[in-house]
Amino acid sequence: MSERQEHLDEAASIADIKIDSVGDFTFPERNKFDSGYGLSEKTIDYICDVKGDPDWIREFRKKALKVFDEKPMPTHWATKDLENIKFDEFRYYLSDGQKPKKSWDDVPEDVKKTFDRLGIPEQERKFLAGVEAQYDSEAAYSNIKAAVSEQGVIFVNSTEGLHKHPEIFKKWFGKVIPTGDNKFSALNSAVFSGGSFIYVPPGVKVKHPLQAYFRINSEQFGQFERTLIIADEGSEVMYMEGCTAPKFDTATLHSAVVELVALKGAKIQYVTVQNWSSNVFNLVTKRGIAMEDAVVKWIDCNIGSRLTMKYPGVVMKGERARGEVISIALANNGQHQDTGAKMVHAANNTTSNVISKSISIGQGRSTYRGLVHIPKHLKGCKNNTECDALLINSNSRTDTYPAISVRGNDHATQHEASVSQVSAEQIFYLMQRGLSEAEAMSLSVNGFINDLAKEFPMEYSVELKRLIDLEMEGSVG
Amino acid sequence: MSLQIKDLHAKIPDREILKGLTLTIEPGKVHAIMGPNGSGKSTLSKVLCGHEDYEVTGGEVTMDGQNLLELSVDARARAGLFLAFQYPHEIPGVTNANFIRAAKKARLPEGEDIDAIAFYRQLYARMDQLEMDRSFTSRSVNEGFSGGEKKRNEILQLMMLEPRYAVLDETDSGLDIDALKICARGVNAMRSEDRGFLVITHYQRLLDYIKPDIVHVMMEGRIVMTGGPELALELEAKGYDWIQPEALAAAA
Ligand SMILES: Nc1ncnc2c1ncn2[C@@H]1O[C@H](COP(=O)(O)OP(=O)(O)OP(=O)(O)O)[C@@H](O)[C@H]1O
Ligand SMILES: [Mg+2]
Repeated sequence: MSERQEHLDEAASIADIKIDSVGDFTFPERNKFDSGYGLSEKTIDYICDVKGDPDWIREFRKKALKVFDEKPMPTHWATKDLENIKFDEFRYYLSDGQKPKKSWDDVPEDVKKTFDRLGIPEQERKFLAGVEAQYDSEAAYSNIKAAVSEQGVIFVNSTEGLHKHPEIFKKWFGKVIPTGDNKFSALNSAVFSGGSFIYVPPGVKVKHPLQAYFRINSEQFGQFERTLIIADEGSEVMYMEGCTAPKFDTATLHSAVVELVALKGAKIQYVTVQNWSSNVFNLVTKRGIAMEDAVVKWIDCNIGSRLTMKYPGVVMKGERARGEVISIALANNGQHQDTGAKMVHAANNTTSNVISKSISIGQGRSTYRGLVHIPKHLKGCKNNTECDALLINSNSRTDTYPAISVRGNDHATQHEASVSQVSAEQIFYLMQRGLSEAEAMSLSVNGFINDLAKEFPMEYSVELKRLIDLEMEGSVG
Repeated sequence: MSLQIKDLHAKIPDREILKGLTLTIEPGKVHAIMGPNGSGKSTLSKVLCGHEDYEVTGGEVTMDGQNLLELSVDARARAGLFLAFQYPHEIPGVTNANFIRAAKKARLPEGEDIDAIAFYRQLYARMDQLEMDRSFTSRSVNEGFSGGEKKRNEILQLMMLEPRYAVLDETDSGLDIDALKICARGVNAMRSEDRGFLVITHYQRLLDYIKPDIVHVMMEGRIVMTGGPELALELEAKGYDWIQPEALAAAA
């Protein structure tokens, strides 16, 4: 690395970078709508009425509900903890009126301290703590929005997308991830609201990453987000979802569906950083299709939650398409990160790359599940899978379930897995230099994920480092 | 003002290793310890730093009047104690520069950060003194370093952290002649009226470059003989056998 680069790196990691941009999204006035508890056809009619959904969506939702009801929990391979989800006890749609009203004084001290340490601006803290439902507009984001819409980019929430751009929306919606893909994609298909719809016209390279965080409203961060991104031929876009600040939400079931479509020669990068509180079930289905010469790249960081199940996937449908999953998962005491990647090669000379790093602390548990599928009739396909686990103490647990089905012999696949510990000698060495035990731990953990952290946009990787500091602080002594 | 070790006893679960060790290191002085393999030299250095493998069963250690034994490992370090390890650890993914900066930052009051420009200026100056290539700033700490490079890196840390008392455990082992001179130059540059050194070594050669004020012989967990720089020469010539009968009896 050059000296100059070194300086830049240093400057980046010490600069007190804040999430200092806010959105211009204002939440529409709504009456108090309540879909009640539990899930039935009535709930769906209710949601459709409130949102003014077209008939085809109403049908789509109702079919999905049937699929959801019929599908068993995947406990034959996934954790039994899923059985503890009481589907009847949730509200599946809440308009603003029913959001529990909290005041800043109700926000726990440690939460406030966390915001402080992360350097979250005052106004955003209130939103994140659930005290305020929306942001005011800010020039920074308006500029980006103006710039992208000038290029013909559509960037709206999914409801607006399906209402205003049905011709594009309908063509791809539910095509990458069919309703029946799994029980939770069916659930999402039945009750989805919020999430983003993005369309990038042919040849347009969107310079700025598009951030969901800029577009926060309560629906956007809802329980059942549905995001659809279509990058037309030769276009490029990066999307960033979530933020590193912990979300303190009363809802404990989150089940998002994200579909990406990269047409010929297009490139989509989807960046997620999520930090859930430890009572949340986060059951997500994410998949992209990459056509000829297209690239779909998932960059994913999951911290916290009671249980996260998330296996971003790429179906490489066109020749020379490329799929990538870069993921970091951190499971602290009482948390379970069940993550991985699915790479489906469906054309010649396609390439996939999976790099996964998991950190398990205390009783925390991390599981990696990978699937790589290369059918017999193809040739020239490549896969590289690396999964590394770091255990912070001997109680931690990590499992790796790679499923690599490669038929035919004209392919190159490579799989590496490692499990390591932060050794007592390493901590002693660091502490002898004056670092506290927590600092020694977080430096070690940051070192472990260092090469992946570089894949995240800069402000995210700085935040990531701080988040890990906080996690380690809480877990030591 | 000194690092005072009085009648120190320390054990691992099944065996005592330090058996009543007494030693005082004054600021401004360089003490050398020589002694046969397994006599407890590295153990002494780690016990001083608070390594959890060893239980202190007797005696006391004070650093400038402060009871060192009741402090945590990191608090001892921040209070001014530094150990250049015999076997420095590798820390994957953490760059040398970030590591040293974190260590310096740990010495500042909560919430304060170090000035990046000044830090790099100092770091590069020290590295130049040690003839270390700039690429070492962005390499992971000790990872893939040769034995000698690791040792040099320990001296770099010493120079950056400017401790009050520094223990050097066999810094010379693994160094070629040129590197030995360079490291010694670094250490000598750090010698000052308010810094004390304890240099552990097997060979007189190091002491040609880092001239000690006092030389101790350690055997079976105790200091059994103390003398001037000439003692090291004598040990080099004669080995340890001649000391055994009378001195061991006297120290016991
Ligand atoms: N953590 C430990 N567990 C078991 N035995 C230990 C431990 N630490 C030290 N010992 C033993 O105590 C004795 C003293 O070891 P120490 O490393 O202090 O010797 P030394 O004087 O530094 O030797 P050398 O000159 O070879 O470096 C040795 O017999 C060693 O095996
Ligand atoms: Mg030794």
